[in-house]
Amino acid sequence: MKARSTVLVLAVLVLLGGSLGYVLHARQRGGGPQLVAAESSFSLNEPGLYYRDTATGRVARSQGAPDGPSCARFYAAGDRALCLRALPGVPARTQAVVYDRRFTELQTVTVPGIPNRARVSASGQLLSWTTFAVGDSYAAGTFSTRTSILDLRTGYLVKSIESVPLTVGGTRHHAADVNYWGVTFAADDNRFYATVSTGGRTHLVEGDLRAWTARTLRENVECPSLSPDGTRIAFKKKVSADPAAPWRLHVLELDGMREHPLAESRSVDDQAAWLDGETLGYALPGRDGKGTDVWAVPADGGGAPHLLVPGGSSPVAVPAAPA
Amino acid sequence: MMYLATTGRRPDAPPRPAGVGRRVPGTVIALGAVSLVTDVSSEMVTAVLPLYLVLGLGLSPLQFGFLDGLFNGATALVRLLGGRLADRGGGRHRTVAGVGYLLSALSRLGLLLAGGAAGGIAAALTADRLGKGVRTAPRDALISLSAPPEDLGRAFGVHRAMDTTGAMLGPLVAFVVLWATADAYDAVFVVSFAVGLLGVLVLVLFVPAGAAVPAVPAVVPKPARTKPARTKPARRRGGALRDPVFRRVVTAAALLGAATIGDSFVYLLLQRGLDLPPVLFPLLPLGAAACYLLLAVPAGRIADRAGRRVPFLCGHGALLAAYLTLMLAPGWPAAVLTLVLLGVFYAATDGVLMALAGPVLPPEGRAGGLAVLQTGQALARLVGAAGFGAAWTWWGPRPALAVSALALAAALAAAWRILPGREVA
Repeated sequence: MKARSTVLVLAVLVLLGGSLGYVLHARQRGGGPQLVAAESSFSLNEPGLYYRDTATGRVARSQGAPDGPSCARFYAAGDRALCLRALPGVPARTQAVVYDRRFTELQTVTVPGIPNRARVSASGQLLSWTTFAVGDSYAAGTFSTRTSILDLRTGYLVKSIESVPLTVGGTRHHAADVNYWGVTFAADDNRFYATVSTGGRTHLVEGDLRAWTARTLRENVECPSLSPDGTRIAFKKKVSADPAAPWRLHVLELDGMREHPLAESRSVDDQAAWLDGETLGYALPGRDGKGTDVWAVPADGGGAPHLLVPGGSSPVAVPAAPA
Repeated sequence: MMYLATTGRRPDAPPRPAGVGRRVPGTVIALGAVSLVTDVSSEMVTAVLPLYLVLGLGLSPLQFGFLDGLFNGATALVRLLGGRLADRGGGRHRTVAGVGYLLSALSRLGLLLAGGAAGGIAAALTADRLGKGVRTAPRDALISLSAPPEDLGRAFGVHRAMDTTGAMLGPLVAFVVLWATADAYDAVFVVSFAVGLLGVLVLVLFVPAGAAVPAVPAVVPKPARTKPARTKPARRRGGALRDPVFRRVVTAAALLGAATIGDSFVYLLLQRGLDLPPVLFPLLPLGAAACYLLLAVPAGRIADRAGRRVPFLCGHGALLAAYLTLMLAPGWPAAVLTLVLLGVFYAATDGVLMALAGPVLPPEGRAGGLAVLQTGQALARLVGAAGFGAAWTWWGPRPALAVSALALAAALAAAWRILPGREVA
């Protein structure tokens, strides 16, 4: 008994010492990335392509230094920018920060989960974000998403749009497994599109904020992104059972509901952004196996994808400020 | 039922009187410590894994769901295999359980070395699941063979309380490591690996090898207090289900399992009813776990005194009460009551079921038999949760809950008749 206790005490000392040493080493190394604010010179006033710089985790403007705030996801439109950042520690929490053009913080909302999607309506008045939450170990190991909508006109925040009465194929739908993600807003600041998943299927859903209703339009549509003219929706479609490469970017014409695949043949897991009326930007895993790169592809199905920003994600085209 | 002392008592020592004041066998404490340490190790990884995979590596939720669900079903089969292996050759319980614990500990190194490669991560997670599947039945068989049959309820209660303590500490340790290192996930894996190794070491040092089962069964004289009921000679191989008494235990457990809705649904309903701030959501399972932790030992003692079927059935009665409470007007009192009832349910059924089934099985077939029981119960619960999900989709949450409560009441009535009475062993 005594010998065994000695061995145990020794082992505890060795293992504890080793663990402590590694923790200190990791601490010295600086652990994960730090959250920083934007430099005072950084603003949305310069038109151009804004994106998240993978190396620094900060927002950058193309051909500029990454002087923006630290964000895991970023989007901007109108006079507003939306930044999702992961708060350190467990359980996972996401901070959604609303900025004005000069990156002054206007509002901060903290929600559970991991940053996933961020969108702002063209006017800058409506914002939406999706976080990805994982049931902790006591609960089931399934994932769920939580999508919020913030209306800056009224200050009203819908913490989870799961509560919206949903109609699937014409009948009112109740289920425990309803998940929404990837909202995109129409120009009227009332209608929105999103993905809803239930019963193992994904649907394109069209929602009405004022009436507070939602109905599904079409199956197998994820991460919709409405074109600036409001006639087309770019989305990722599940085309393969291969978990390594399940999706392909498509564009759906809302008038007539015809869809066509884009020239990008690689599997894209992103909510594409319209860089102009004819081009889509999106992130793909980096060619060096690390991080992501931003690519662009024509929306009409022709042409070929081309590399826009190595080491970037969350692309968004910011037009010149209205005079 | 035979019982062989393995825990410091001399074989010739007179049997001690039943009742209060006797010590829990050292082997049970040691196995509890192993589970505590191992649960700290595994729960700290579980707590950070989604963050690491999705935020650190950029996996999509769907890919994460795929990785997370990987081989979850296969665990059931591995568990059966673990039980079989442990029984073969007269009690290799410690070896088989040890391999399982070691596999899970090494899987943390795999996570570290995979460095973001999806294939490596999948392999590491699979190794962890395999380890968990393999070790459960041999470990429970060891517990049941290490304590006198009349004290099994308390022994399992002590083990489950220690186990739950580890599960509650794990996320806390992960939190501290992440805080100290500014979110260095690799540090969490390294600490988890070290803690996991410690668990294996405690097992090797403090759990006696192979002594739990006599090499030649059925020649050891029975201690005075055990019951003489087994007339047929103990079977050597498989076929635990051929024993009518054991079959009744499995049937009752499976019936009741199929009538449960799954904890995640309970928490979901609670959260919706309360309109709980989502940040507080993780506290719900913690509340139930704390209750389980506090009540596991008392419930085990009651099981030893009043017979095991009483708390087992009453525990499911508590679950039924929890479902009914969920249907009442939502509010904090109802929510707290639901969590307490859920804790009572686990305290009164989880370890108690093993204590109930253990003595029914011959020592040389015990790990295999317990594996069959656990697998049957787990599969039945999967069916129950899936059924509830479907009912929710068709009828909405409240009618689904009402139907589940009815089903549980019916299963309870059936189990009352099916479960063998107190003195079957």
